[in-house]
Parts: sequence; structure tokens; C-alpha cells
Amino acid sequence: MIRTFFRSRTPKVFDFHGGIHPPEMKHLSNGTEIAPGPLPAQLILPLNMHIGAPAKPLVEPGDRVLKGQMIAEPAGAVSAAIHAPTSGTVSAIGPRPIQHPSGMDAICIVIDTDGRDEWIAHSGISDYTERSPGELVDTIRYAGIAGMGGAGFPTSIKVNLGDHQRVEELVINAVECEPYITADDRLMRERADEIITGIHILQYLLNPRRTLIGIEDNKPEAIKAIKRACKGCDIEIRVVPTKYPSGGEKQLIQLVTGKEVKSGQLPAHVGVVCQNVGTAYAIKRAVINGEPLIQRVTTLTGDGVSQPGNYEVLIGTPVSDLLHHGGVDAGKIGRLVMGGPMMGFTLHSPTVPMVKTTNCIIAASPEELPEPPPEQPCIRCGSCAEVCPANLLPQQLYWHAKNDDLEKAQHHNLMDCIECGACAYVCPSHIPLVQYYRYAKGAVRQQAADQLKADKARQRFEARQARIDAEKAEKEARRQARLEANRKKKEASAAPTVDTAALKQASLEASKAYKAAVKAAKAADAEGAANAAELKAEADRLKEIADKAKAAVRDAGSAAPAAVPAEDVVAKLKKQVGDASSAYKAAVKAAKEAEANGDDSAAALRAQADELKASADKLKAELRDAKAGAPAAAPTAAQADPVSDLKKQVGEASSAYKAAVKTAKEAEENGADNAAELRSKADELKAAADQLKAELRDAKANAPAAVPVQAPTAPPADPLTELKKKVGEVSAAYKAAVKAAKEAEENGAGNAAELRAEADTLKADADHWKAELRDAKAAAPAVAKAPPVPTDQPKMPEASAPQALTQPLTAVDPEAAAKRQKRLKGLKTAYNMAHKQYKEAHAALERAERKEEVSADELIEMQRKVDKLKNKADVARDALDALIEEAKADIRAHTGKDLKTLKLEAARAESALADKKLELDKLASSSGEDALEALNSELKALEAEAQIARKALKQALEEQGLVE
Amino acid sequence: MSAVLIAVAALLALAAVFGAILGFASEKFKVEGDPIVEQIDSLLPQTQCGQCGHPGCRPYAEAIAEGEEHNRCPPGGQDTVDALTDLLGRDELTLDDDGAEDAAVAKVAYIREDECIGCTKCIQACPVDAIVGAAKLMHTVIVDECTGCDLCVEPCPVDCIDIVPVKPTLQTWGWDRPAGIGQRPDSRIEVVNL
Repeated sequence: MIRTFFRSRTPKVFDFHGGIHPPEMKHLSNGTEIAPGPLPAQLILPLNMHIGAPAKPLVEPGDRVLKGQMIAEPAGAVSAAIHAPTSGTVSAIGPRPIQHPSGMDAICIVIDTDGRDEWIAHSGISDYTERSPGELVDTIRYAGIAGMGGAGFPTSIKVNLGDHQRVEELVINAVECEPYITADDRLMRERADEIITGIHILQYLLNPRRTLIGIEDNKPEAIKAIKRACKGCDIEIRVVPTKYPSGGEKQLIQLVTGKEVKSGQLPAHVGVVCQNVGTAYAIKRAVINGEPLIQRVTTLTGDGVSQPGNYEVLIGTPVSDLLHHGGVDAGKIGRLVMGGPMMGFTLHSPTVPMVKTTNCIIAASPEELPEPPPEQPCIRCGSCAEVCPANLLPQQLYWHAKNDDLEKAQHHNLMDCIECGACAYVCPSHIPLVQYYRYAKGAVRQQAADQLKADKARQRFEARQARIDAEKAEKEARRQARLEANRKKKEASAAPTVDTAALKQASLEASKAYKAAVKAAKAADAEGAANAAELKAEADRLKEIADKAKAAVRDAGSAAPAAVPAEDVVAKLKKQVGDASSAYKAAVKAAKEAEANGDDSAAALRAQADELKASADKLKAELRDAKAGAPAAAPTAAQADPVSDLKKQVGEASSAYKAAVKTAKEAEENGADNAAELRSKADELKAAADQLKAELRDAKANAPAAVPVQAPTAPPADPLTELKKKVGEVSAAYKAAVKAAKEAEENGAGNAAELRAEADTLKADADHWKAELRDAKAAAPAVAKAPPVPTDQPKMPEASAPQALTQPLTAVDPEAAAKRQKRLKGLKTAYNMAHKQYKEAHAALERAERKEEVSADELIEMQRKVDKLKNKADVARDALDALIEEAKADIRAHTGKDLKTLKLEAARAESALADKKLELDKLASSSGEDALEALNSELKALEAEAQIARKALKQALEEQGLVE
Repeated sequence: MSAVLIAVAALLALAAVFGAILGFASEKFKVEGDPIVEQIDSLLPQTQCGQCGHPGCRPYAEAIAEGEEHNRCPPGGQDTVDALTDLLGRDELTLDDDGAEDAAVAKVAYIREDECIGCTKCIQACPVDAIVGAAKLMHTVIVDECTGCDLCVEPCPVDCIDIVPVKPTLQTWGWDRPAGIGQRPDSRIEVVNL
């Protein structure tokens, strides 16, 4: 009952664990009113004065800015705007040293002030209650307000509540517990009304159940001023006992509400929002007056300045300007500290700017803030644990941090350390505990970042591995598909095309034979020959054969897509051949009989028989072809066979032709009726023979071209002559084909067009080879000109060597040397070019392989080309090597020593010379004149020797054009 | 006599019951794969540099699990060796790095872009796909993804890739470790230019 009574009368203030009572030193600066700060020539505004993402500049160097103009906008949710603190010109946006313990640079906007202090048009909101909280939050965000107590967390985040959030207590931090600092104290004394208005705005935004202002009892005047200002409103003032660090957020919340913010949690978790009193003032200025955060009250104190006090400085003012403004005595300054003596940091340079969070500058004399004494071993006194406001075990943390045992340090809640410095303050061993904790915290963060990076790297590595595997699999699948398609194509196209052509030919022949037989039969019939019936029967049989052949052609045509096995075609051809030869035999028999009977038609029959024989032969040849072309046969056989086959065919055809001519002549002599017919038949046979001949030539021309493909490892001895030969052959074939075509046209033969087409392909082929030859010539001019291998040069200079051979060696005339040099150069360029071409072709092939749309045939073609080029390059290199060898052999022959020996000799002479020189130098001071003289002469002799050796080497090299 | 039989029967029944429980548990809570490989892999620095002689960190983790020595990771440094020693309960080893330069300093590859000829060789060599570029066009390193593994340096035909130490930024900067017992903290900084 009594307790309840007391609580209702005197507001209860709670306590937190630990804390210290350092000398306050506030009297230095709290006696004078807030004075305006300097207007420096240059203002430096870092883009990251706040916690979160750096602001995004809105101006460029050279832009004129007015006071209060936004020069950088917030980038992202957790960010704050930056405004020009006075009018002037943006002179640079770039790295400048900033307010950071590392002393590192960060991007800043630099403004050259013009001294006019010209405001941009601005207006405040007289009645903020007319605006929605959202609008006010935006106003605060774009006024660039960030926590002014020291952390610099963007205020707009803290005052922007979600729908479900409920604030129990709004705590205004007016404790200012750190020694020396009096900025908030003076602000409260002089501008209490404005602060209270700011708090009202915060109340409007947050709608808290209670609003508490925590003020330390060492600021009685501030307490009085605030009490006066908030008379009649619902703001409670909590006067807390002076103790460092009661101004810490969590500590203050515990002090005034009794709530403890747990480890890893935020005040919002216990329904509390904490704002600094300076922030409340800035909010008032932004909302009511429309002034963004461009200046703040900063304490300038310490023995180093003659006028310590509080100054309202523009954000971005260099520390040195403020120091000069406060009457600094540079000789007195031992340490320059930004922030309080407990949590602030020593500045590396006085040029760093003051920012939104800078509440104090201490220009301390060496006596005031003496250098810390050396660290002593921990004596485990436990004082640090007694004073820790966060209830940690600083001693344990110290051990673990010192031993880099980060895991254990984290188990002891290292990350909850607020780095207040109380432990280090009480430590009798002067251990810089806070620095240990800061180091450990940094290491923990680094470790976490490293882990994150490692995980990312692992992911990327695995993803890459998976991709490469997938690519490989895909490539393999594609390759398989291509091979499959290739095989199918070969089955579908290669065999049937050959066979259908053959079959067509066969059917043509058969029908021709049939027609001839019919004619013969008719003639015999007209003459009343006895064997007319026989002949008719023969003709019928031939018709059957022709029909069969036609059917076979049809079959082959329709079955081609289904890839008829070549064996079938071969069997069919075999049958046809059998039929044709039996028909031939029968015809021969009939002719013999007719002759025996003295029949007139005997000659005709004979001719018939011959024709039949020719056709049978043709069929036989075709059969052979078909057999060779069958997929079962090796490709080499397919390529080697046609030539010999064709040769045979040509022989047969020409013999048939000759026989036909003979019979025709005989028939003419006998005055036979069918002489003209026989003649035309003979002509036909001739045409067929010619065609075969052309084919043979063609095949011959193609065959050598196929050779390098088959055996690319065995380079031709001389590709140029080979090429020339090929070109000759091909063009000869082309000419012959043209001739044949012309003849056929003159004779009105049906296959003229076919021949013409063939001639055209031959011409294309010839052109291709010609181009190849040109290429080869261009690529290896030296190969063409120079005898590639020095076969006429002796390997060793023997005494018995013929005069002719030794002559060029004994007298290496400069002309030959020059020639060789030229040749060497030529060969080198030739080789380089050939090699380059090969590389390019190879790359093209690889590219093509990677691409999907390139067909297998094209690929094979490219492969062939690459191989050819490689051969060329190899040949060129061989030639080059041979030439170099030759040159070396020349040197050997010329001097009786080889190049290596010459080099060795030269080197030896040089080293001997150097040794002697050294010796001479050594002796020069100690020995007598005689010894010196002797040594000198020795040295001279050696020098001469070395000279000779050098000369010999040089000469030999020069002579052979082997410049190394 | 019956008492003995009852005892034996009871024991047998118990054995059967517990055997069944154990058998069920071994099926139910079966561990897939070798968890030690995962643990080793998580300790390795994932630079995928191949300095251990394996084509990446995971293959090395597998090799360690199979008995290979665990001191062949220069990028991980002695810390990684010690961590692996703890994990595996093996003999303590010192880092086998042939006295190579300090592994603790993070490094990244840097391509001198003026000299790059766009050959894509480094792109193919990068184990974590941290180099972007196209054929005959300049390449560049994605610094955040680069592990500083060195593998891109060797294939470069024009030697335009440097491995440079990562400079600390405001975000990555950390306080130095105090000098230790008997030393003063290095906090005194001379004030100049005033």
C-alpha cells in the first residue's frame, strides 16, 4: 500500500548493472551560450554520414547550390538526404578523408562557399496535425535527419510504424552521460520549447502510451527549462542519477522503464522508441520551420582551445575551421578526439569534416588525455565485470579475443558489447579492452563475410561444374546424333544412287538389246530365214530382261529412302548379268547356225551377238562396281577399285567398239542391208567407250586427291608438284569431257547434256585444284624455289670428297650466303604463314563444331582442309629445318668445327680473359713490376685469342645467315 | 529349473525387442552420404584454386576424408589446417605451402583492360565464373565473386592479369589487434596542418 503510494508520487527510476563515474569535465563548456559556428571556405559533406546506404548525389561539380538545397537524395530505405549547409558552388565530388577511426577516404560533396548564405525557398508546416503521419515521415526523410546522439540511424525509419506496431513508451534521451559533452545540455537550457514541440511531433507520429524524458541529475538548469516548457502536457521527466553510461539506449530504457532489451533485440521488441533530444529539435526545425538538417550544436572543448563552448556549426565544416574559430593553440594539443573521451576516436587529420553525428570535439592537451600506459597482464581482479553495463564478462571476452578464439567470444555475447569503455577505464592493468573487443568484432564480421563469400563461391563452382558436365553430355549426344545421321545418310544415299544409276544404265542397255533383237528378227522374218522364230523368241527373252531391269530401277528408286541393302541390288545385277550372258550365248549360237546355213542375216546376227556381249560385259562391270560400292566394302577399296574397274570397262568397251566396227565393215563389204545400222551401233559403242574413258580420267584425278585424306600423316614429298600434276590431270579430264560432249552433241546423242554436266563438274574441280595450287604457291614460295633437302651436301667433310662438293665449302662466297639468308627468311615467313593458316582453319573447324547447323559433310570437308594446311605447314617447317641444318653443316665443313664448338671456344676464351683480368687487378697493388709485366702480356695474348674466337664465330654465323 | 527357463526366455524376449528397436532406428535415421566430407568442405575456403592438387575444394574434402593430409590448402592458411585437425582428430600439421606468400591477405584478379585481347582463355579457366567478356572484347573481373585463386593468370597469353590484394573499404575495415602486454596502444597521432 505504502509502496503504491510512493510510486504514484515520486516517479520510480530503475537501475542498470555496472557503470562508472569518470570526472565530468562539463564545466569547461557549459557556461556559455550556443554561439554560431564559423562559415568555412569549404564544406565537405560525406555521402555516408548516417548508417545505411550512402546518399545519391543530385548535383555535379560546378553547380551552384543554395542553402538548404538537397544535394543528395536517400538511396534505398535506410538512407538520409544531404543538403547544402550554405550557398556556394560544388567544386568536387570525390574521395576525402572522413570521420572514421580508420582514417580512410570516402566520397564527399565539396562545396566552395560564397559567403552570402542564400536560402533556397522553403516553408514549414505551422500545424503538423493537419498532415498525415506518412507525410511527416517523408518530410523527416527528405530533411535528412539521422540520429544525433552518435549512431546516425535515419530517424524516418524509427518513426515510421507499421499498422500492427504499438509503441508503449517514447523515451527521449537527454542524458548526455559522457564527460566533456554539453551540447544537449545547452540546447535544452536555451531551446526547450522547440525541443518539446519536436517531441510533440514524435508523439503525433508514434502515439505512445507514455513519453519519458531521461535527464541526468548533473544538469539542473536543463531539467528546470524542460520542466517549464512541458508544463501541462503529458511528458514525464525522469531525472536519473549521474552514471556513465546511462545514456546508452538500452541502459536508458532500463533506467526509465525497467524493461530490459534482450540480447540481439531492438528497443522496438519491448515497445519502446528512443530518440535523442537533439533529434527532436531537428525534427521541429524540419517540420515547423522547413529547415533541413544543415547544422548542429557541437561542443568544442579541451585545454587546447581558448574559447571552449557550444557552437552551432554547419554540417561539413572541417574540424580545423572550428578549432581556429574557438581559438586553438596548436602547441597545446596532444590528442584531437571526435566524440566523447570514452567512446570517441582520435582523429588522424584535422581536415575531416564534422557531420550530423558529431557532438563534440576535444582538443586535449597531453596532460588532459595522457598517453595510455603500457598494457599489463590481467590480474583477474574482476573489476571490469562489476562495471559492465551490458552484464558481460569482459575478462573472458578479453582472453578469447586475445587468443582469436572467436567462437568462444561469441558464446560470451561479444556482439552485445556496447564498447562504452567502462571496463578499460577501471582496468588496473591498463588493458585496452575495448580495442580487443572491437578487433574481435571486426574479425567475427569478417569471418561471416568470408563464410558468405565461400558459400557463394561454392555455389558458383558447383553451378559451373554442372554446366560444363551438361555441355559435355550435350556435345557427346550431338556428336552421336551426327554420326547416326551420317551413317543413315550414307546408307540411304551413297549405295542407292550408285546402284540406281547402274540399274538405269542396265535397263537402258537391255531395252536397246531388245529393240535390236526385234529388228533383227523382223529382218530375218522378211527374208524368210529359218531361224526367224528363234530370233523372235530371243527378242522376247530380251524384252523380259529389259522389263526386269526397268522394274529393278523402279524398285531401287522407291526403296532408296528406306535404304535398301546394297546386297539386294548386287543380287539383282548378278541375275541380270547371268541373263544377259546367256542371251549373248544364244545369239552367238544363232549366228553360227545362220553362218553355217549361208544365211544372209548371219552378219547381222553376229553384230547382235557382239552387242549383247557388250551389254553383258557392262552389266558385269556394274556388278563389280556395285559390289565395291556396297557399304560392307572398305572405303579405300571403294576408292581404289573404280579406277581399275573403269580401266577394264574401257578396255572392254573399246574392244567391243572395235569388233562392232569390224563387223560393220564386213557387212558393208558384203553389201549387207544393215550396214548403216551396224555403223550407228558402232558409233554408239564408241560414245559409250569415250564416256567410260572420261570417267576413268575423272576417277584417276579424284583418286590422288583422296590419298592425302587417307594418310595425312605421310606428307607428300612435294605438295606443289603433286598439286600441279593433279591440276594437269583434272584439266585434261575436263578437256576430254568437253570434247566427248561436243562429239555427242554433233552426233545428236541423248547423253550429250549429261556429258556437258559432267564436264562442268570437272571444270569446277579443276578450278578448285588450280586455286589450291595458287594458295600453295603463295604459302610456300620458298618451298617451290629452294631445293628442299640439301641432298647434294656432304654430311662430314671427308678428305675423299669430290672436288665439286668441297668447292662451295672451302670458298663460301658472300653471294651464296646472301642467297641462303634470303631463302631462310623466305622459308621462315612461309612457315609462319602456313602455320597461321592452319591455326585459323583449325579454329574455324572448332567453331563450326560448336555450332549446330553445320552439317557433317561440311565438317569433314573442313577437317580435310585443316589437315592439308597442317601438312603444308609441316612441309615448310621441314624445309626450314633442313636449310638450317644445311647451314650448320656448311659451317662445320668450312671451319672444321661445328657451331657448338665455335661457341664454346669463344666462351672459354672470354672467361679466361676475364679471369686473368681479375688476377691482374688483384696483383696490381701487391706485386712487383716484373710480375705485372708478365701478367699484362699474358692478358694481351688472351685478349687476342678471345678476339679471334669471337671473330670466327661471328664470321661463321654471318656467312650462313644464321643470325641468332 | 523353470525359473532358469523363465529367465532365459525373458532375456531372449528383451534381446529381440531391443534388437528390433535398434534395427528400426538404424533404418529410420540412416545418414545419407558421408557427413564428414560436408564438414570438411565447409571448413575449406572455397577458392577452388586447385593448389592442393585437386580440381576444387570439394574433391579435396573427399580426398581428406579418404586419408589425404589436410595441410595442403594455402588459401585457407594455418587456421584451416588447425580447424581440420580439430575436426578430424588427426596429428597436428603445419601448412604445406612451400613458404608461399601470406595467405591471410585476400586477393582478387585484376585485368589490365587496355592490354586484354579478348581471348576468353581466362574465362574458361575461372572456376567460379567471375570473369565476364566475349571473344575479341575486353574482359573484366567481377571483384565480389573473385576468389583470387590465381588460375586465370597462367592461361593469359598477354599477361594482363594481376593478382592484387584487396584493399579494405570502410565496410570491411576492422580495428587492429592491440599490440599486447608491455606495449602501449598506438593511439597517439600527431596533429599537423593546423
